Parts: sequence; structure tokens; C-alpha cells
Amino acid sequence: METKPIRGEQRAFMTGNEVIAWAALAAGAEVMYGYPITPQSEIMHYWARLAPRYGRRFLQTEDELAAGFTTLGAVLAGEVAFTATAGPGNVLMQEPLSMAEMMRLPAVVIIAQRGGPSTGTVIYSQQEFNLTCYGGNGEGLRIVYSPSHHQELFDYTLKAFHTAWKYRFPTFILGDGYQSKMREPVTLYDPAERGLEVAPSRPLVGVPGTPGRDRPPVHLRNTYNLEEELYEALQETIEAYDRAAPEIAEWEAYRAEDAEYLVVAHGVVARAAREGVRLLRDAGIRAGAFRPITLRPFPQKELREMASRAKTVLVMESSYGQLEREIRAQLYGLTVPLKGYRRPGVGITPEEVVREVQKYATRSAAPDA
Amino acid sequence: MLPARLPQMPEVWRLESKPHKFCPGCGHGIVLKCLGEAVEELGLVDRTVFACDIGCSLLAWDFFNLDTVQTHHGRTLPVLAGLKRVRPELVVVAYMGDGGAYAIGAQHLVASAGRDDPVTVIVVNNTVYAMTGGQMAPTTLPEEKTETTPYGRRVEENGPSLRGPELVASIASPGAYVARGSVARVRQLKGFIKKGLRAQVEGGHLAFIEALSTCPTNWRTNARETWRFLEEKMHKHFPLGEYAPAQAVREEGGGAQPPRKS
Repeated sequence: METKPIRGEQRAFMTGNEVIAWAALAAGAEVMYGYPITPQSEIMHYWARLAPRYGRRFLQTEDELAAGFTTLGAVLAGEVAFTATAGPGNVLMQEPLSMAEMMRLPAVVIIAQRGGPSTGTVIYSQQEFNLTCYGGNGEGLRIVYSPSHHQELFDYTLKAFHTAWKYRFPTFILGDGYQSKMREPVTLYDPAERGLEVAPSRPLVGVPGTPGRDRPPVHLRNTYNLEEELYEALQETIEAYDRAAPEIAEWEAYRAEDAEYLVVAHGVVARAAREGVRLLRDAGIRAGAFRPITLRPFPQKELREMASRAKTVLVMESSYGQLEREIRAQLYGLTVPLKGYRRPGVGITPEEVVREVQKYATRSAAPDA
Repeated sequence: MLPARLPQMPEVWRLESKPHKFCPGCGHGIVLKCLGEAVEELGLVDRTVFACDIGCSLLAWDFFNLDTVQTHHGRTLPVLAGLKRVRPELVVVAYMGDGGAYAIGAQHLVASAGRDDPVTVIVVNNTVYAMTGGQMAPTTLPEEKTETTPYGRRVEENGPSLRGPELVASIASPGAYVARGSVARVRQLKGFIKKGLRAQVEGGHLAFIEALSTCPTNWRTNARETWRFLEEKMHKHFPLGEYAPAQAVREEGGGAQPPRKS
């Protein structure tokens, strides 16, 4: 049986969902367990077709709870496993992911954001920021990548499997319906051929030897009897997360070094921000863009440096202040004015970026503003 | 220091976590003794993964010298279904209460039975949510008093008491093993569990064993009343024995393709 799905560099023109399926294959994912929901279902469709050719597995479960928990079962067994969901499915997915957070289970979850609350739309939003970064009854001890174009969907899906197993935190690719459904050119490759590191998986239960005789039994729990017991266990996880955070955090800036007007956006909105900044620069306005690539852990230091040099920070998002709240917290203590542009469930164009920045630029240019 | 004479325990019981944490008079210890002996006698200690639900069953998380995973309320079956698919050489045992199996995790039970997942499921049925303080469960008997049915379970309001093995048998595939035992019939219960393990190991099928059990703490009963409730009320409402899975319905015209119009 063929084991390497991709040899050499393969140029392709495909939808984001297809890119993700290929990336998971290339990353060596053995298992996908999933449940249909728009706009991510085609990840399953492609996986279900491709997986048997490369000896990988698939199961369509009864709901997202089962998709999440079966994925955790595969992870416990030592397999590289993932699932994908969206919107109301992401809500249900928080239960298994909360267990993954507590027990340090490196599950990978692809989120294709759709409109909300509730069933919302099946199309697009950035409204699953809070849920994906901080969902569950815990502390947000997870890794969240927000790719912005198809090459990144491929690169960061590959990377998500590595990061998950290296640091043992549940890891998300936070995409959206636009990215899922549109076609773009992308280069597919095998990570080993590019010399990229892929952290090995290992079984957490069912390890060799007779438990109690050759080795202690593995006893994994998520329930503690006393407050202090939980506190200590959690402290260990929080310390591990904080230690790993600087190694994981990623960001991208565009003409931000000398920017007076700093636009902060993530995901596809960051593409509009970048193009808007280019147009603004052409018009003589010193604009720049900052994009957190990891939303958890957040690249705080770099954003603070750039924001502290700006006259205005403008947060643009397809949600109603979810990113803005995060940025406010990350910039706490700086005196730079922070403005928000909130378009829940609606896309943002470069023209809107230009228009919004110009409001502040014009105002500060006017002598009596 | 351990006492000079230990009570008879299966070797696979973990001494460090004994005496166990279940209430006096609780049936969990008996079920777990049957399971421990069955795993040992079948020589499965090396490759068994035990998973417990939330509810009183969570207390079994360090009970055995077996690799053990504590999961969420109702979610033990999907965890093991996902695990078993990628490690078929392992023997997986899902341990849960009647609330986890028949209420919050009912969809997983139905799906696993439908797929014939090779998992041995043990459901301890004591007719109440015990860990949370004795609320009504799907299995609470008609007229039975609980914290949420203080005047007794009214069938008109809450429906009749749910019978798990009968439900599972009605959707299980041929070859699956379904039985109901009781902590009042220890040898029979152990035999059911052994058969249930063999159905998974030898046949690759789902095995579902409900164990009728006692909860004097929430029933507010003394020893005699506890046993009487189990043997007189519960045994009558929940018949003990093995339940043959309903045969798959033979489709006329053959196959899964929709019939063509002639």
C-alpha cells in the first residue's frame, strides 16, 4: 500500500477543505473521526476517499461529542488523530476538548467558523474566537492557529499535529467557511522531504508489560477529590503551557515598524488588512498591519511593541468585539487609543480597511480635531 | 501495613487503593470483583484497558492494576470505541452507571450497538443517580421515591422504567452478547461478564451486561430492606438472564441500492 500521499512539490488549485485533508494525510494522521456540518464536511469527504488508499481510518460518528471522544480514544491509543467541526458542532466539541485539556491529550481539531449564535449561517464568521480559544470549563490551555490563506492552511495543519504531540495540548486550526469553500493555488509537500520536524506519537494506555507486575498501571483521571489536589495538578499544566508559549507563539506584521495606524486582524480579515494598508501607504498614510497567527498562546510582546509606537490601533473582525476584547487585554496599560470595527458574520474588504483608517487619519490630520 | 489476613481479592485489584471508596452496602465492589476475576481467569490482564464513566463509577479510576482512563459522564463508550478501532489487540471494558448509559450517553449506546463496536460494556443499575445525591434515573421504578420524585415516580409524567438490555438486544447485531445479572447472583454475574469479554475477544462483537446493584445510601434502606428491594422489586421489574440480539432484518430485493422502478 502507498504510504506517502505526496512526493515532491505538488502545485494544486483546490478548496480549503481539500487542502486540510491533504495536509492531515501528509502529516501522518492515522485517524479522522467526524460528524457532518457545513462548511467543513468536505474535509471528511476527501478524507473518506483518500484514507483507505494510504491505510488510514475514518469513522462517521453519531454526533460531535462522539467525534471528539472517539478522537481522544485514538490519541490515548497512541495514534495521530483529528476531527473537524463548525458552529454548533464546535459548541459540543468543547466537552471532549475540555477533557483533552485536563488530561493533556494532543487531539487536533479543525474549525471552519460559520455564523452564530445558534445555527446562524452556514457560510462565514469569526465568531468562534472565544469558543475555540477559551471554550470549556477551564483556562484555555490550548493552541489555536489562525491561517489566512490556503498555503497556510496546509502549512499550519501540518504544524498543528507536530505542536500537539510535542507539547501535548489540544490544538486547533481556526479557519472559516470562506477559506473552506474557496479555491486557491497551493503547494503540497511532504514534511520530511522539507526536513520539517514531526513530533512522534506514543500510546498513553495499553503500553507493554503486565501492569502491577512489570510496571505500574497507567491511571488517568480528570476528577479530583480536593480543591488543593486539582490546584496542584492544574498548576503543573499551566506552567507547562507558559513554558511552551514563547516557542509556539507566531505573528506576522506588514509595514508595521513605523505605522501610525496599526490594523490588527486575524484569519482572512488579515488579508484585507494587508491590502488595505498597501492602498493607504500609496495614499501617503502610514498604516501597518499586525496579525496574530497563534491566537492562543497570543504573541503579546510583539504586538505591544508595535502598538506602543502607533497613534491608533484599529481591531477589525467578523465578530462583535471578540478579538477586540483580547487585544484590549493584551495591550492593557498602553495609552494608545484602541478602536474596533465589528462586523459579526460578515466579511471585510480592503476598501473598508481604507475607509476606517482614513476616519482616524483625517481626524488627527485636521488641526482642530 | 496490611493486615495479616486479607479478604479474598482478585490479584488484579490494586491493593494500594484498598479499602475502596464505595459506600458500605454498595454493589460496585461485587461487580468489580466479578470483573477482576473474569479478566484474570481469561488471562487478559496484559492487554485490558479499563475506562470508567462519571458518577459513582468514577471511583474505580485507580481500582485495578489495569491501564485505566476516567472519561466524562456518558462518554466512556465513544472513548473506547475510538481506541479499540486503532488498537484491536486490546480488550476494552467500559464501566458506567445507568444514568451515563441510558440518559446522557444514550446516543452513544445506541450508536455503538448499531455499529457492533467490540467493547465490553458493564452498566451498574441501582435505579438512581447516586453520586449526585439520589435523583431519578431512567431506571427508577414506578412509584420509587427519589430526590426528584419525592412522591414516587409517576409513570404518566416520567414514563416507565427503562430496560437497558432489552433496548440494546433490539438493535444489536447477531453475535453481540447481551445479559442482565445481579449482585445478588454473583456466580451468574461473573459468568455473564466472562462471556461478555469472550464475545469481544473471540468474536469481535459488542457485549453489554447490566448488573443490578444496591444503593442503601440513597435508598435510605438498612441491610434487610436493601436486599429486599433488589431481589423483590428490581429482579421482578428487570428479568435476569441473557438476551438474544434481534436478527438483522433481511432486506428484500437484496443490497442497499434503492429499488429501481420497472
